[in-house]
Amino acid sequence: MSALDVVASVCLIAGAAFSLAAGIALTRFPDILSRMHAATKPQVLGLLLVLLGCALRFRNTVDITTLVLIGVFALATAPVAAHMIGRVAYRSGEHRADLLVIDELADHQPR
Amino acid sequence: MTRRDSTIFALLGLTLVWILLWGTFSWANLLGGLGVAAVVLIAFPLPPVVFGGRLRPVALARFVGWFAYDLVVASVQVAALACRPGPQPHSAIIGVRLRVNTDLNLTLTAEALSLVPGSLILEVDRSLGVLYVHVLDVSDRAQADRFRRDVLALERRIVSAVGSPSEFQLVNRSES
Repeated sequence: MSALDVVASVCLIAGAAFSLAAGIALTRFPDILSRMHAATKPQVLGLLLVLLGCALRFRNTVDITTLVLIGVFALATAPVAAHMIGRVAYRSGEHRADLLVIDELADHQPR
Repeated sequence: MTRRDSTIFALLGLTLVWILLWGTFSWANLLGGLGVAAVVLIAFPLPPVVFGGRLRPVALARFVGWFAYDLVVASVQVAALACRPGPQPHSAIIGVRLRVNTDLNLTLTAEALSLVPGSLILEVDRSLGVLYVHVLDVSDRAQADRFRRDVLALERRIVSAVGSPSEFQLVNRSES
């Protein structure tokens, strides 16, 4: 087992751990807005680490270019999806207002 | 950047994606990619992105470095919060008015914000350039104000990397 393999294993395990944490967060967080945090950050980092681990194991350009594309599209689309869901949830009142310390959006009239 | 420039930029970008999908470079892939990109751009015309700035490689590298660091910190934070027993975390929704009110800056800042510590974009007021951000694990006003400063610092790093000279001066002046 070369040093690269060790790094690859660490990346794969760390990536899986972050994805697991994202899953736990999805079930434990109180409302949909908090859950969207779990769906963006640990999930994206977990995916990137798994991709990095795979790239270190494959070591050929045909596979690595595909992995790069997956990473780029995940980074570009995850925030947009979370934004759309969060926006709809807020507008339809599906959030827990009692958990908000400050709500500056409440004073703002959506158009 | 004119409309024609942004079309050429999109054409080259889509061609690059096509070549990456195939995984190997060949002239057939290049020509095929250009053809597919042209069809995509004709079938789904995009609004032109106004890019009045210039790339500053050092600032761009600094932004990417901070972004990677922030992403790791944010993920660890959310993961720890998920596994921590105890009361449910409080949060806050705050509005942050950006100093540079352009499509590109709003988009980049909003995208980067959603991935870095404790924040999620809920609503964008395009005419005023205000981002409404949901912040996880905030318990008082002081923490919210600290977060507001973090958002403006992120905007400064983005504008420093890709903004025009006048925007660059705007964000770097109001900082001090």
